[in-house]
Amino acid sequence: GMRQLVWRFQVSSALKEGHVTPTELCQRCLALIKSTRFLNAYITVAEEAALKQAEESEKRYKRGQPLGVLDGIPIAVKDNFNTAGIETTCASNMLKGYISPYNATVVQKLLDQGAVLLGKTNLDEFAMGSGSTDGVFGPVRNPWSYSRQYKEKSVSKSHSEDEESNWVITGGSSGGSAAAVSSFTCFAALGSDTGGSTRNPAAHCGVVGLKPTYGLISRHGLIPLVNSMDVPGILTRCVDDAAVVLGSLAGHDPKDSTTIQDNFKPFELPSLPDVSKLSIGIPKEYHAPGLSSEILALWSKAADLFKNAGAKVIEVSLPHTRYSIVCYHVLCTAEVASNMARFDGLEYGHRSDMNKSTESMYAATRREGFNDVVRGRILSGNYFLLKQNYENYFIKAQRVRRLIANDFLKVFGGGVDILLTPTTLSDAVPYREFIKEDNRTRSAQDDILTQAANMAGLPAINVPTALSERGLPIGLQFIGRSFQEKQLLTVAKWFEKQVKFPMIQLEEVKRHNHDVFQHQKSASFS
Amino acid sequence: MAAAVATAARGCSGVWCRAWQRGAGGPGHSPHGQRAAASSARGGAVPVGKSGLAPWVPVVGLEIHAQISSNSKLFSGSQVQFAAPPNSLVSFFDASLPGTLPVLNRRCVEAAVMTGLALNCSINKKSLFDRKHYFYADLPAGYQITQQRVPIAVNGSLSYSLCIDNKMSQMVTKTVRIKQIQLEQDSGKSLHDDTRSQTLVDLNRAGVGLMEVVMEPDMCCGEEAAAAVRELQLILQTLGSSQAVMADYEIQRQIEELENGGTILNETRAFDSKLGCTVPMRDKEGKQDYRFMPEPNLPPLILYDAKSLPANMNHQQVVNIDWIHERLPDLPSVKRAKLVEQYGILPEHSFALLNEDGLTEFFENVVKQTQMKPKKVIGWILNVLLSYLKEHSLTVKESPISSLMMADLLNLLEKKEISSTAAKQVLAELWKGEEKTPLEIVKEKKLELIQDQKELEQICQAVIDGQENEVMAIKAGNLKVLNKLIGLVQRETRGRSNPVLVKQLLEKKLSE
Repeated sequence: GMRQLVWRFQVSSALKEGHVTPTELCQRCLALIKSTRFLNAYITVAEEAALKQAEESEKRYKRGQPLGVLDGIPIAVKDNFNTAGIETTCASNMLKGYISPYNATVVQKLLDQGAVLLGKTNLDEFAMGSGSTDGVFGPVRNPWSYSRQYKEKSVSKSHSEDEESNWVITGGSSGGSAAAVSSFTCFAALGSDTGGSTRNPAAHCGVVGLKPTYGLISRHGLIPLVNSMDVPGILTRCVDDAAVVLGSLAGHDPKDSTTIQDNFKPFELPSLPDVSKLSIGIPKEYHAPGLSSEILALWSKAADLFKNAGAKVIEVSLPHTRYSIVCYHVLCTAEVASNMARFDGLEYGHRSDMNKSTESMYAATRREGFNDVVRGRILSGNYFLLKQNYENYFIKAQRVRRLIANDFLKVFGGGVDILLTPTTLSDAVPYREFIKEDNRTRSAQDDILTQAANMAGLPAINVPTALSERGLPIGLQFIGRSFQEKQLLTVAKWFEKQVKFPMIQLEEVKRHNHDVFQHQKSASFS
Repeated sequence: MAAAVATAARGCSGVWCRAWQRGAGGPGHSPHGQRAAASSARGGAVPVGKSGLAPWVPVVGLEIHAQISSNSKLFSGSQVQFAAPPNSLVSFFDASLPGTLPVLNRRCVEAAVMTGLALNCSINKKSLFDRKHYFYADLPAGYQITQQRVPIAVNGSLSYSLCIDNKMSQMVTKTVRIKQIQLEQDSGKSLHDDTRSQTLVDLNRAGVGLMEVVMEPDMCCGEEAAAAVRELQLILQTLGSSQAVMADYEIQRQIEELENGGTILNETRAFDSKLGCTVPMRDKEGKQDYRFMPEPNLPPLILYDAKSLPANMNHQQVVNIDWIHERLPDLPSVKRAKLVEQYGILPEHSFALLNEDGLTEFFENVVKQTQMKPKKVIGWILNVLLSYLKEHSLTVKESPISSLMMADLLNLLEKKEISSTAAKQVLAELWKGEEKTPLEIVKEKKLELIQDQKELEQICQAVIDGQENEVMAIKAGNLKVLNKLIGLVQRETRGRSNPVLVKQLLEKKLSE
């Protein structure tokens, strides 16, 4: 119906047909970024550069030679991807003011296809966190905190508390990217996903969050958290858009030896996806302690949707999932300890004034440059890597990682095509609740349903599914076979069509930016 | 106790090595088990001194770091070049900029495979890279990428020869086992400015590919270690896998230190080319825990042979061990055997020829261009030309005397136009590099042999007349004194007489 038309509005065709120019689109996004500054979604807004890119794009459209679907589309990039000429901070004192001399491969690919880079989005320091609350530039606020849906259901119930204290977190660590997409300030954003950092905030912010197969997209230029698990993530407002961005990024990169050797053929998703011949696995271990009853109910409702569509839905077991968190902790901190060793104040980044000796300069630089979370992980990681501990921790964790990956292989080998799970245990919590627990506890809880896919390198996607009783988004996760992104996204698209996730109603933003908002809410670009 | 002592030498532009030695101390210090282990490692019994105390038994193992000859670094596209301006050969990866990743240089892999094959190693078809962590100003990433767990080549051997009691004629051949060869990154250079208490860092060398060759403790002394290193150096140069420019200073230092009864500390030493010796370097050994971990950004290094090479594989993208094996050049041991067979020279001569870069070629060129027998040519090359070169610290390629000139000179000698004494004078002139031919010098200096027999007879008679005592001695049977007379004739003729002829003339006159 009418609603569907609006939802499927294609900005790309609008650009092609001249209904809107890249410059207009860019200006509107920049205006929205300004009016939603309170969300703290962006660390750096590259206004001038973006307008210049938009101008170039406009010339191409005028010549009738746009570079492709992405030409003129405003995008945002998480601030742990290197961008030449634009600050890359990782939300850390260590890299405040750091301007990289090169573009990450994914950034370069987007620019090469005419995308307009608006700016760099906020995150937990060095992507270590699950709330986007632990960066040096402050926490990101979930746009849904300011939606009519949330206010009606939550704020009205507690008149005594002021609105200020009720805002909810975005999840993380790619919270800035999720908030940016969710609040219409851009059409797509890059996140990174090491243990769930793209899917988790996508779930909390009601957007699509895709973590592709490890090795499908280049990590060159992504400042690493855990090299063996990091994957650039894609955040969009619909599954089709995620497929377009994936198509523009995937494939071999000579600068990243862990990428696939083959070239990647971009694909289009069927307009009428069919799931009737599929076998959907429901892993029982994902019924984890702490899973909210409404998410559980939504999960089983989703399973019923597939059943009713003729798909085979079966319960499966991934028995080693429960060891995943502790195993992840060892592997993650070990690689963190190693990766962070380069930040010594010599070549780049923060350098302490301390000059008693080289060693004291290192120590002071790292103390001043890193927050407690980063320093804590470096400490644990170095402990696990000590000669006397290596066998007991690192090697053991690697073995468990293999078992976790084998669990998935067995299930997929047994005929299951796609796994359906919740993405998070609950909807987003208010910031004031969230910070009652420390980062480590939070990360362990929040990554529980997402990081096994990173352990196994599998593709996974969050699809916004429904609103909770509090009026906040809930997402479900699909996990697919390695390099079977097309199948995964096809299922996700079918599901997206079924659930008709409601659009965010940003009353306040709308009031102030009526015109702008009218255009931006035409959700997708493809 | 079995003392573990270790040192390392670092050549300024090629090879550095860590020699480690184990020695069994006196009974008061050493549990017998350990002493036995130390001695069995060298494959012989520990000699016991007269006093009943076991003397020190050095057991030498070596870790040799050879810089791989390649145009670019091990994991980045930066050029490898000696003496470039500081920090002019530094890629983003070499400076460890966040987000950069290593990309393995195929040429370095091939060099290591070549070296492995030349050292009779088995080549691992799958090898792995590891990170070795330590903080140092010239190690920008805070870790070095190396091959700690599964190196590219293992279980090889190296045969080397050395002379006993410094006599070239008494050579023995020994073998040292090669434990492994691993690929790893070099570090940068730190320059300490003590007066301003600054450290300057040059990253040109950071990330250059090294091969670490680990030798088992099969050697028993510095001389053996030196000979093994020398042989390895020749092999690397022959393969072209490394320039292997190597300072022998460290080995020499150790030998002296040990012979003087000193202890060798657990330290890494750097070679200072100005001082001509090695100096203590950073203190990175000892209690340091390197916190090794697999390098997550590099997949396992897979090598193929003819059997395992997949048909659809792009040959540009794989390293084929068999292909490299077929193209290995003659190794020094084979070259030496060929020289001995082809030219009839002594084995020790073949060693001397190979020990100097370019000397074999020089020798062969001279042989080609002269009628003189190779057996005689070798003496002129090794005893005369080489001493000149050594005296002036020149390489063969820098020699002012070309192989053609040398051949011309030896031809004059061979045709008996000049004496060998005169030949040496000509050589001294040639050394000045004034672009005169040997013949021109001979003419100019009037060095031709005296062909006029009467003239020579007169000179001989004059010498006999002037040396009454000597003549009496000879007549009394002391024939050795004749040599003195020959010498006097030579002096009188300024080397222009044929000693054989002079001897005949003198004998004839004395028997008259």
